[in-house]
Amino acid sequence: MMTPDGVLLSIQGVTKRFGATAVLEAVSIDIKEREFLTVLGESGSGKTTLLRIIAGFEQPDSGEVWMKGERLDTKPPNRRNVNTVFQHYALFPHLSVFENVAYGLRARNIEKSEVTSRVTAALAQMKIEEFARRRPAQLSGGQQQRVAVARALVNQPSLLLLDEPLSALDANLRRYMQAELKALQREVGITFAFVTHDQEEAMTLSDRIVLLRRGRVEQIDTPRDIYNRPRTSYAASFIGQTNLLAAQIENRRARLGDLEWPCASGQRQALFSLRPEDIRIVADGEPAKTNGVRCRGFVRSRVFTGASELLEVECGTGALLKVRVSGQFGAPDQVTVEVAPERIVPLAE
Amino acid sequence: MYSRTYRNLVAIPPFVWAATFLIVPYAFLFSFSFWQVRSQAIVHEWTLANYRQLIDNPVYLSVLFRSARIAGSVTLLALALGFPLAYFLSFRTKTSKNILYQLVIIPLWVSYLVRAYAWKTILGSDGVLNTLLTYTGILRHPAEFLLYSPLAVTLTLTHIYTPFVFLPIYASLEHIPRELIEASQDLGASAARTFWAVVFPLALPGVLGGATFAFVLSLGDFLAPLLVGGPTGIMISNVVVSLFGAAYNWPLGAAISACMLLLVAALISGTERLELRLRHRDAR
Amino acid sequence: MMAPASRFHWLSVHAAAVFAFLYLPIVVLIVYSFNGESVGGFPPHGWTLHWYRALLEDDALWSSVWNSVSIAGCAVAISVLFGVPAALALERASFPGRTIFRRLVLLPLILPGIITGLSLLAFFVAAGARLSLITVAIGHGTALISVAVTEVSAGLHKFDRAQEEASRDLGAGEWRTFWRVTLPNIRLSVIAAMLLVFTLSLDEIAVTFFLVGRENTLPLEIWSRLRRGITPEINAVSSLIFGFSLITIVLWYKLRRARPDE
Repeated sequence: MMTPDGVLLSIQGVTKRFGATAVLEAVSIDIKEREFLTVLGESGSGKTTLLRIIAGFEQPDSGEVWMKGERLDTKPPNRRNVNTVFQHYALFPHLSVFENVAYGLRARNIEKSEVTSRVTAALAQMKIEEFARRRPAQLSGGQQQRVAVARALVNQPSLLLLDEPLSALDANLRRYMQAELKALQREVGITFAFVTHDQEEAMTLSDRIVLLRRGRVEQIDTPRDIYNRPRTSYAASFIGQTNLLAAQIENRRARLGDLEWPCASGQRQALFSLRPEDIRIVADGEPAKTNGVRCRGFVRSRVFTGASELLEVECGTGALLKVRVSGQFGAPDQVTVEVAPERIVPLAE
Repeated sequence: MYSRTYRNLVAIPPFVWAATFLIVPYAFLFSFSFWQVRSQAIVHEWTLANYRQLIDNPVYLSVLFRSARIAGSVTLLALALGFPLAYFLSFRTKTSKNILYQLVIIPLWVSYLVRAYAWKTILGSDGVLNTLLTYTGILRHPAEFLLYSPLAVTLTLTHIYTPFVFLPIYASLEHIPRELIEASQDLGASAARTFWAVVFPLALPGVLGGATFAFVLSLGDFLAPLLVGGPTGIMISNVVVSLFGAAYNWPLGAAISACMLLLVAALISGTERLELRLRHRDAR
Repeated sequence: MMAPASRFHWLSVHAAAVFAFLYLPIVVLIVYSFNGESVGGFPPHGWTLHWYRALLEDDALWSSVWNSVSIAGCAVAISVLFGVPAALALERASFPGRTIFRRLVLLPLILPGIITGLSLLAFFVAAGARLSLITVAIGHGTALISVAVTEVSAGLHKFDRAQEEASRDLGAGEWRTFWRVTLPNIRLSVIAAMLLVFTLSLDEIAVTFFLVGRENTLPLEIWSRLRRGITPEINAVSSLIFGFSLITIVLWYKLRRARPDE
């Protein structure tokens, strides 16, 4: 049960229970070297617990965690080559910023001059050198967050864990820090494991996303793949917006309301996902695309969101489709929609 | 937001009471220290003679030093007992924490007299401890030195003030966010380093507060010496008590009290300033 | 998460030792109140309720109990009457000299009782007042205002000021706001303060020592008997006091926990 090549951390069948509830159930994930991995999930999905198990603050009830050929979960947290950026930063209030960042180096009895040079470099990298002598309480939230990152990175861990570090920041600062973190990760080449409940954040930052649902792994994929080919209805609706189509299948054709499309499945019923931006409103008389399927519908509601408009179009009974139209939509209430069938993704559940 | 009448009605009565029964009496005591006693009567002449007597006569200074020594030992012992206990309750217990906390504060509210008396019955030559030791053969003769000695006073006062010292330390420890401990471990610190680099500095305000409390109150205690101190266990407050009683020299007693008051005030403001600086450092 | 929770870690041993140190003297005291003979001999023998029975007939003791209770009642009245407004003023209003006022009011908490007691003695003597239970009551009340202020301040602190502001915003005057919004919220703190002051007053010796006249309070009555010699009867009364203190402190703690946000 070692770690395969190219994999930094291997989580194998980890289960964790608090009382009677299983917070994590048979979770297996391989985190690759140098990747920016995001663990995405709602509260209660177990994402923070997973992070804490990797850091060493919780013990798995069953399963193992391996890092680079060595068993990790049996080691105490202060002996792992893993560092954490805590959600509320956990900066030591009685130490200066410099001393905070130097803490881990001092704990390993690193020589004074080296400590000074490494800390100064870390502060410069996070652009907070001017705050070196200040106390955390004198800094803003964003500055404290940088200190927390510097404090972790200066130890050159094999893996950096980030527990929703941006959730306390306001929207603009958040976007800024997301870009910074992404660039930082590429620059230092350290593996990042990032935990968040914000799917947009996950999509922006990650090389791969692990979607957790109630303690189980729902899907692991790149942002593009998880968006275009969600495996389950949960994945499809959690990330971005979608239309969940519960269709009847007969004679190799799936049908929902007035919408019909070819389907090779032998089942009688199935669930599909169709993204609102994959539905086109066609003008009267426009020729159909090669294999596009069409149907007529009534516009039931519309929401203008600036760059686009979101319509609800009823295409027959039980088929209320969300359609995203760019720009601003004209007047008609009766429209024709067109869909490319390959954009209708079958879901496993 | 509040009208003048409301504010006055709320603030003035307590202030008047405090002025009448706190400020004025303290002022009186202070003025007494400048008067003199002559042929069993207090003469209202203003003089510094009493204070001079305190400095000239070595007896008073030696009693003061002994009192300070006892108070110091009590404080150190109470810290040695109270701090690990507070740490244990704060960091090592979960379900039993509440009950154990109550168990610690219960002795606080048991009568001082009751507790001092208990020690009296234990330490005497006929007391529980001695009869136990002779009964089991550990000692052949009862240990006379236990009762009526500075040791007995120290023991009794330690017993009284350990819970007092425990409380602010426990409060300080509870205030330490557990995330900080995890962060320290995450950064590679051993348990010892985590304690000395993170826990102890943040608990320091509580330690200072508790230590000051124990020291000041032990220094001014006169009951324990009277009960278990004997002639060798006399403390400075006993001198004052006798000066207000049989020895009938109120001005001198007042002078000693004034000195004690000044000493206590200096100590308190000193540690308070330190505590404030620490809290400012920790931004709490 | 923390160091391995070893049952026999030195911390738990130390904690057990401290608890033993704190409780053994009291346990010994109680055990020997049932002792047939003297107070200290080991091992105890002759289990008897004799001393408790003797207590029942001890008139002098009971009158001192009555004195203590009346004084405690007065102390509660004084400390709450002046302590609640003082706490209000300190917590809610800003006025010049606030810090000095706070220090003054809280001074008796940290000063050795002898200083407060002697000051009041000097005051009463200069005022020509005779020492009696009244002077004791005044002394207790004054000293214990500090306790009431601390308790009520804590309660005010935890209670959301926005409620008071909402009340005023809705048009209620200051008195109405106090009665219908502030007071109900600090009710538990006030009761806890009353309980605490009562208990502390019952046990008070240092200040009482200097202010007492011909009649004794319970602690002073015990004290004067102690000077004469120790008897198991004192053990018995001490055990009863312990039991009583136990009940009140558990009550006080439960009240404190019932406070919102505690």
